[in-house]
Amino acid sequence: MTGIVGYGCYVPKRRIKVEEIASQWQEDAEALKKGLLVREKTVPAKDEDSVTIAYEAARNALKRAEIDPQEIGAVYIGSESKPYAVKPSATIVADALGATPAVHVADYEFACKAGSETVFVVYGLVKSGEIKYGLGIGSDTSQGAPKDPLEYTAAAGGAAFIMGNDNVIAEVIATYSYTTDTPDFWRRDGQSYPTHTGPFTGTPAYFNHTLNSAKGVMEKAKMTPKDITYCVFHQPNGAFPLRASKMLGFTKEQFEPGWVAPYIGNTYSGCSLLGLASVLDIAKANDIILVTSFGSGAGSDSFIFRVTERLEKVRNNAPLLKDYAERKQYVNYATYAFLRGKIKMRED
Amino acid sequence: MREVAVVGIGITNFGYLWEKSWRDLAVESSLEAIKSSGVSKVDSIYVGNFSGGTFVEQEHMAAILADYLGLLHIPSTRIENACASGGVAFRHAYMEVASGMSDAVLVTGVEKMTDVVTSQGVYSLSMAADREYEGYEGITFPGLFALVARKYMNDFGATRKQLAAVAVKNHKNASKNPKAQFHNIITIDDVINAMVIADPLGLYDCSPMTDGAASVVLMPLDKARQLSNAAKPIKIAGIAQATDTIALAQRDDFVTFKATTEAAQKAYKMANKSPQDINVAEVHDCFTIAEICAIEDLGFFEKGKGAKATEDGLTEIDGKIPINPSGGLKGKGHPVGATGVAQIVNLVEQLRGEAKELQVKNAKVGLAHNLGGSGATVTVTILEVV
Amino acid sequence: MLTIPRNWREKPQRYLFKGGKCKDCGYTMYPTRKVCPKCHSENIEIVDLPRDGTILTYTIVYSAPEGYEDFAPYAVAIVEMTNGARLMLQIVDTDFNDIKIGKKVEVVFRRLFVEGKAGIIIYGPKARVID
Repeated sequence: MTGIVGYGCYVPKRRIKVEEIASQWQEDAEALKKGLLVREKTVPAKDEDSVTIAYEAARNALKRAEIDPQEIGAVYIGSESKPYAVKPSATIVADALGATPAVHVADYEFACKAGSETVFVVYGLVKSGEIKYGLGIGSDTSQGAPKDPLEYTAAAGGAAFIMGNDNVIAEVIATYSYTTDTPDFWRRDGQSYPTHTGPFTGTPAYFNHTLNSAKGVMEKAKMTPKDITYCVFHQPNGAFPLRASKMLGFTKEQFEPGWVAPYIGNTYSGCSLLGLASVLDIAKANDIILVTSFGSGAGSDSFIFRVTERLEKVRNNAPLLKDYAERKQYVNYATYAFLRGKIKMRED
Repeated sequence: MREVAVVGIGITNFGYLWEKSWRDLAVESSLEAIKSSGVSKVDSIYVGNFSGGTFVEQEHMAAILADYLGLLHIPSTRIENACASGGVAFRHAYMEVASGMSDAVLVTGVEKMTDVVTSQGVYSLSMAADREYEGYEGITFPGLFALVARKYMNDFGATRKQLAAVAVKNHKNASKNPKAQFHNIITIDDVINAMVIADPLGLYDCSPMTDGAASVVLMPLDKARQLSNAAKPIKIAGIAQATDTIALAQRDDFVTFKATTEAAQKAYKMANKSPQDINVAEVHDCFTIAEICAIEDLGFFEKGKGAKATEDGLTEIDGKIPINPSGGLKGKGHPVGATGVAQIVNLVEQLRGEAKELQVKNAKVGLAHNLGGSGATVTVTILEVV
Repeated sequence: MLTIPRNWREKPQRYLFKGGKCKDCGYTMYPTRKVCPKCHSENIEIVDLPRDGTILTYTIVYSAPEGYEDFAPYAVAIVEMTNGARLMLQIVDTDFNDIKIGKKVEVVFRRLFVEGKAGIIIYGPKARVID
């Protein structure tokens, strides 16, 4: 069987509350929290970036996989906040993990879906027998423009998954991707902040792709929501995935364990993968997990996993998402603006 | 090996000397030393300088000094051992005279630190530490000595007030030293309330950026006695140099500077003296904690007792063992490459009875302690009236 | 100073946290060396350093050198790893009041230095207090 052999996550320590940002722009914090279903989001330290986050998540995945990093045949990172526009992030992580030099490495981009697509690709390579193990990571430290609604949700975090054919902790039952060219959100080269098309990001983008991808994978696996234990969706805020879940016929109990946006924010390429990690932190043998990511532009990758008995043997080899979530330090707006590079510093 | 004496001394003002280039300073103190020495011919030059390259974009300073002193074609050598460059250059000059190779050797220590902005200066100074394994973690020189201070305070219960006593004393002394960088008196409160540079060290715990040069001329003692000038030759009774790990993390003990204890032991043995025989000492107080550790490592006080001894006034000019009557690095300034030579100049003045307001009574034996980096190089020199 | 080869050469230390161990006397070091500083043997093996250690002493740097101003004030400590190797590490993600001699730390992977807007980013080890 092919599936996940190790998983890991990481979110930075600092947080900023919706109230703090709202008070800066004199907006209604309660209304925002009610509409977005997000209370606070993660903020990276000045010395963190999507590479350091990817590394920490990948190290945790390695601890659970219990394999020699030299046996990893591919390392991919999906991100839309790469430190370099040209120079791979994944080579840094691959080198630092000890997976080099006999390894295929690449960086991926597809807005928030970049992480799940690395998982899809390594799954394929492992299943075909081309490589023994593959590491797929989604990691971001995304930016929301000041005074833009995205500022309340654009957060930092990442999750990593190692796929293999032996010692699997969650077997892949089915995959299904649904993609069209739908420009709901983008960032042109050279621009600091992305452009967001408002309501168009809903039905034609997020919901069209998420719902069709989720239905497609369930059909392929000959399952319905009642066969599924947990569902995880991409979480641009707390409200969209909740609605998608209801529209597909899932219950609160199936949906909530993977619902991370309310206290983490939207970690973009890390988002649905963090939701999956959060579910794996509590899942039991034979649980069925549906994961549907979404990336603007647009597309959704879906997976259905079946948890094996091995998960609970290795789960405590590395920190759980709640261990990182509990490690918190709140910052005010000025510190947040400084940390996110929004204050013009001297450039000599 | 012949006995060697210091016959000539010279020293510039120390401070922010905007109008003077490094060349001006080095020539000024060198000429003063040569003239006051009475020698007719200089055989060799040693230049102590830490970082001409990063401060003034100039290496090869030894050749330039010989050239600008009109002393072509004698050999001229630049020595670099971080803040101990002066002391080590002095030791090399000593060896050249003691061995019989030369009869009159000029040693000039010089540093021009204020042509660059402070952050650039701090960056240059950091090159005296371990660049890859200390520098990249963001440590600074105040930071390195702050690590020592924190451990010292933890192990011996010393207080910031006790550390501050070093700075207060050295400013008081410097206020009477016409060549010193600082002439202001400061209080214990000034020191402990000053801006934090690297906790627990504040602005007044740290020696400043300084421009300056100091020079001495060495001759064999017997030839020195034959010179017609009136200035008393002062004998180099003991001299030694020692090394310790570059990285502070690799030291066995963060509060004992082994390079100091090693060099001191050898110098005392060579001079046939012990710490009780020393009447006055100029020690390397790049930071207040450095003077405290130095007076312990040199044998003047037991380990852990230096802080209280300073607080109790035992190291004042009229104290049990006067330390840094010149004002030390803190009070008179620390032009890195010049410091080791400046200490010799100040001790010679003391031993000749020419230290005026700063004179230690009956000073017959003096000790100079020059330390480089966070203690990786140390020279100890013992001078004696003959 | 844009200095790529020198930083690239440091990958075993910065990326993989490798050190050395003297096979004759057991002395552990970071970075590794050709000659054991204790017994002078040249029988040194490269080892993966453990990621857990203890703080031996620390300071908080307020006046930072060029390139580190954005991080200041920050803590720097001398840490002894559980295998005895000692090194200097910046301490991050920790309230300054929680940094004390004797506290336990774990190593994390962070940006050490950034060469301006167009230069290289240097990654390496720092540590955070865990108790």
